[in-house]
Amino acid sequence: MSNLTDNREGTQYLLMGNEAIAHGALEAGVNVASGYPGTPSSEIIESLAKVAKERNLYVEWSANEKVALEVAAAASFAKLRSLCAMKQVGVNVASDFLLHLGLSGTRGGMVLVTCDDPGALSSSNEGESRHFARMFEIPLLEPGDFQEAKDMTKWAFELSEELKNVVMVRSVTRVSHASGNVRLGKLPETKSRAKFKYDGSSPDADEGPAESVPVGEKHRLQQEKLKTATKLFEQSPFNTYHGPEKPELLIITASAGNLYTREAISVLEVEDRVGLLKLGTTWPLPPRLLKRYLSTTDKIMFVEEVLPFLEENVKVLAAENAREVGVKTFYGKNEGAIPKTGELNPDIVVSALCKILKIDYLAMDPEYEKKFQMPSSAEIPDRARTFCPGCPHRASFWSIHNALQMDNRKGFVCGDIGCYAMGRFPCGFETTKTLHAMGSGAGLASGFGKLAQFGMDQPVLAVCGDSTFFHAVMPALVNAVHHKSNITLVVLDNSGTAMTGFQPHPGLSVNAMGDEVPEVDISKVCNAIGAKVEIRDPFDLEETQQTLNRLLEDKQGVKVLILQQACALSPEKRHTKQYEMHIDENLCLGEDCGCNRLCTRIFQCPGLVWDNDKKKARIDEALCVGCGACSLICPAGAIKRKEVA
Amino acid sequence: MATKPLSKDPYNIVITGVGGQGNVMASRVLANMLVRSSYYVTIGETFGASQRGGSVMSHIRVSRQSAWSPQIPRGRADIVVSLEPIEAIRVLKSYGNPHVKVLTNTRPIYPVGVIAGELVYPSLEEIKESVNELSLSSWFIDAADEAMKLGNPILGNIIMIGALFGIGELPMGRENFKEVISKSMPEEKLDINLKAFDIGTSMIEQYTR
Repeated sequence: MSNLTDNREGTQYLLMGNEAIAHGALEAGVNVASGYPGTPSSEIIESLAKVAKERNLYVEWSANEKVALEVAAAASFAKLRSLCAMKQVGVNVASDFLLHLGLSGTRGGMVLVTCDDPGALSSSNEGESRHFARMFEIPLLEPGDFQEAKDMTKWAFELSEELKNVVMVRSVTRVSHASGNVRLGKLPETKSRAKFKYDGSSPDADEGPAESVPVGEKHRLQQEKLKTATKLFEQSPFNTYHGPEKPELLIITASAGNLYTREAISVLEVEDRVGLLKLGTTWPLPPRLLKRYLSTTDKIMFVEEVLPFLEENVKVLAAENAREVGVKTFYGKNEGAIPKTGELNPDIVVSALCKILKIDYLAMDPEYEKKFQMPSSAEIPDRARTFCPGCPHRASFWSIHNALQMDNRKGFVCGDIGCYAMGRFPCGFETTKTLHAMGSGAGLASGFGKLAQFGMDQPVLAVCGDSTFFHAVMPALVNAVHHKSNITLVVLDNSGTAMTGFQPHPGLSVNAMGDEVPEVDISKVCNAIGAKVEIRDPFDLEETQQTLNRLLEDKQGVKVLILQQACALSPEKRHTKQYEMHIDENLCLGEDCGCNRLCTRIFQCPGLVWDNDKKKARIDEALCVGCGACSLICPAGAIKRKEVA
Repeated sequence: MATKPLSKDPYNIVITGVGGQGNVMASRVLANMLVRSSYYVTIGETFGASQRGGSVMSHIRVSRQSAWSPQIPRGRADIVVSLEPIEAIRVLKSYGNPHVKVLTNTRPIYPVGVIAGELVYPSLEEIKESVNELSLSSWFIDAADEAMKLGNPILGNIIMIGALFGIGELPMGRENFKEVISKSMPEEKLDINLKAFDIGTSMIEQYTR
């Protein structure tokens, strides 16, 4: 479905926010795009990769976000236009380079798109990337709807070239992963030629070496660029106001907050009482524009996700200009009208407005709400997260859990980022006991593994996925080997960046654009670093568990166990079954088995259910993918598998 | 069937189900059909790790005038399309109102808590009682079973889209569906999807409560 290269100017399409961002980049004639997969950002690079050949782009999934930003910056230094996309946590990883990039400046237009995940819908944190723009003194734009996601991205390239610095575009889940009508613009001819000029004198922005030094001069130049940005932002069409000339309450918002606020104003029908100032250029703030609107009323509310970024910056501006704009009452995260954590929605804005404007509003008829108390409505079973049917991680954690139980020294697993972060839930038998950033499992294990000196005798394991291995585990592994830390690293190798949609990584033989590339072999890397390496199939439960128990006994240095089995949803495995499964009801002893329903109470694969009428296990034909693992856990041998010819 | 205008603006649709049922695809197909008829459509959805085995919801806002928030305000759904029966009730508890209509598939996907024996899954009779109590009108169809007869349970989502067309609430048509899937699917899959769509439509035509 490549609406993305439709060159008919003015045509309207339904585009996901991320596709709109990608189209904006195409309209700007982007040449190079890079990123590391992460929800909710992945579709930007995916969309560009799909049209790479057609549009003569170079697109890559880099090993991690810092490398991705460096790859994109190289293109900019060679006078090409480049885009780099990542989720909020990626900016943390890339931040060291970003600080220096802000000082060195850029040449060809360069845009960093960061997609935050308020409410941590698909993250292990609620990180807020906007502060990086302020901290590193680079301009920040925030699209307030889908059309703006496209238009603003396109403009960001022009802005970057005008300022000669990287421009940050910040999106959130409900812009990136929501979809709406977008009117497309024309795709230009791209005939760019790359050339890195370095013969000019040092501070020459176009022809000198690209470097952050001399710091004093570069820093001063960088701040000049921000001043220019401020002037341009005063005139930006992306800052809009809707509402009366003298509103009772002025709402200042950006990003998805704009959509929620518009809805809330419409729900409460307070269009004539409330003014809505939607900012698209959120750092540096345009002071004249803000002074004008701050002067229209004495009540100001901020609607934004996640941290009170606009709120605090506008308050500074209001304090500096108090003589002109007057004393204000502020509502928002600090005062409490808007919650300080979690994702916003129209209802939250409605509640805040009701409180401030003293409106009575009931979203739901109490008579209707009363009906929720009837037994069939009140007791809807929760749907806890779990691994998919046939997921190799369930089998891997089963073996790790059993090995640790058998070992009986209170061993534990340091978790990491990927679907297998669910190792802390019942679906992973609550095996992982730490969860932080990409690669932190191995890093923490490296530390735990050195605590024998202080009497710690618990076996230490870490898990990581194949993509995570390349992203951030390698330095931790080097550290563990070099310091003779006694740990076992289990690489859950499912042949792709599965959680975000099977993007390729350096361990695979194909790249983002579909070209054949040399794969970097994880076992060879581990061997070269100096770890002892074993490879098993996690669906072979017995062999895996025995191997793990042997490794836990080995107290010498770093052991790596690679468990190889492709994700059940991977394109090569999907819709194929290795085994036909069935329950031999004569063998299934039901509640009398003595296993206490190991199959369903403990193993908990959605494809294997408990038949309450027959009191026996049953395969759910619609869900079972035929991995065969459950046949190995039934003590009565009642779960039968037959290889599919 | 001639398409009729929206009964309300914005018209709010929730498509719900469990991760892996093709919820996102169903919402894209439906939304693309409506955009082709010159409506503004906004879809709000979440996917990624949070949806592994969890409840999934897409909010679709249809309007002649403008884009709306990707999240429907509380109590403001106009129709709920549920690929899994208890998910319909879960959605109604946040977005329902006395005028809402509900179309639901009858085949349960058991939450792991139910598989483990810690939670109880209500009977279909109880689910029907609850949905009927919480809606103006409702349709329960065996979409997943029909999809499995076609050889792939995932087609349940297209059967549901066909059924939604059959209900006649939305300005959409069969030709419209054909255009959208021929843009988004490989040719060899078109026939089976059209068949699934038609099965859904006829399930509503023959529906007796």
